[in-house]
Amino acid sequence: MIEEKAPGSHILRDVFAAFVTGGAICSVGQIIMLIFEQFGADKETTAAATSIIMVFLGAFLTGINIYDDIAKFGGAGASVPITGFSNSIVSPAMEFKKEGYVMGVGAKMFLIAGPVLVYGIFASVIAGLVYFIWKQVM
Amino acid sequence: MAKKLGQQTIVLDRQPVILSGAGIVGKKEGDGPLARYFDNIIDDEYAGEKTFEAAESRIMKDAYIKALEKSGKSATDISLILSGDLLNQCTAASYAFRDVNTPYMGLFGACSTMSESLAIAAMLIDGGSVDYAVCAASSHFCSAERQFRFPLEYGNQRTPTSQWTVTGAGAVILGKDGQGPKITCVTPGMILDEGIKDSNNMGAAMAPAACDTIMKHLRDTGRTVDDLDMILTGDLGKFGSEMLRDLLLRNNIDLKNKHKDCGMMIYDLETQNVDCGGSGCGCSAVVFSTYILDMFMQGIIKRLLFIATGALLSPTRIQQGETIPGIAHAVLVEA
Repeated sequence: MIEEKAPGSHILRDVFAAFVTGGAICSVGQIIMLIFEQFGADKETTAAATSIIMVFLGAFLTGINIYDDIAKFGGAGASVPITGFSNSIVSPAMEFKKEGYVMGVGAKMFLIAGPVLVYGIFASVIAGLVYFIWKQVM
Repeated sequence: MAKKLGQQTIVLDRQPVILSGAGIVGKKEGDGPLARYFDNIIDDEYAGEKTFEAAESRIMKDAYIKALEKSGKSATDISLILSGDLLNQCTAASYAFRDVNTPYMGLFGACSTMSESLAIAAMLIDGGSVDYAVCAASSHFCSAERQFRFPLEYGNQRTPTSQWTVTGAGAVILGKDGQGPKITCVTPGMILDEGIKDSNNMGAAMAPAACDTIMKHLRDTGRTVDDLDMILTGDLGKFGSEMLRDLLLRNNIDLKNKHKDCGMMIYDLETQNVDCGGSGCGCSAVVFSTYILDMFMQGIIKRLLFIATGALLSPTRIQQGETIPGIAHAVLVEA
């Protein structure tokens, strides 16, 4: 009864909003990348600098209370790009400042990003091992 | 002395009187349709304090002071404060009343706290152990979000069945004598768990409990929906209210146009972006302590069944895969 009666999400609207938002964030990243390339930076520097700037933008927009509004509209389109990762670390850091810098900010900063880091690193180790074994065999 | 009626209802002979009530809310609630009934609307979510938790205690204490002022009683007349909130260890209430020098007992009934406190205070007054009591409950959107969900600035979307925690505190002064509507019956509720696991769908988790308490009350008192002017639930929200109506219909009880839900009254569901409506202890507390008492004063309603509903969950138990138990306590208020 509950499943059939509960109001559902507007899938089409949500997917469209996520596409537009995610696309816009990635376009900003692409523009920054092109600017760096224009000034003759090599590939590695460009990639690193673009990530740093995008992380900064995510943190900055979180700090001035805007990123949560972007995500309210864009959903996964705002949380999947690197700016969303930045938001997931900055927002608890802001929130738990009242509990002090050690038990508040320090302990709670990775409240949301923690699992992403744990399983991200774990997955990369597995991938590395598979790649290593593959190379030995071939 | 009180006497038990049927399985679960207690009839109060001395009929404790609701002398006064006061409600203080935040800005969003102040933008809602009930704005003119509230005693104070605070624009600052910190209410001049340093933390959201302290802000919640502040508005609760202010609501108590305001209610006391309106009742014409002094703090020394009060024998007992019965109060609660949603925060861990009920700290909004205990920090609000730590310096008022009045006996205090903390309650936890999740969002059912307001009718729970009224029910207990009414029975204590009826039994003669208490002359005047304060019943109060509070919630704060920001303190609840950080305890139950995500940091405020974290970007996420709310599900369509979710409800918005009310920033607000309501307090009522209940006494053995005086002028005002009376509490004549109490029906304490049982815990009901129908297996809902989604903590973003608390209306559905609480509706079965509300249904059960309403049915027990009507059966015990031998009354029907027609005998009541209004059946007021706490914070079932839009979806929970629909469920309650369906569940009661299955038991051949038609709510007709008698049912109202505080969670749907406090916000404008169309324009205020609250999905299914308001929730939290403060939701039913402020609506009851202000708007509803005003309706009694105006003579618009004469007999009201007030059933605040609570979802007795914790984030820990939900993460452990548990379901959400619901509860609902009813008090019958008559002019």
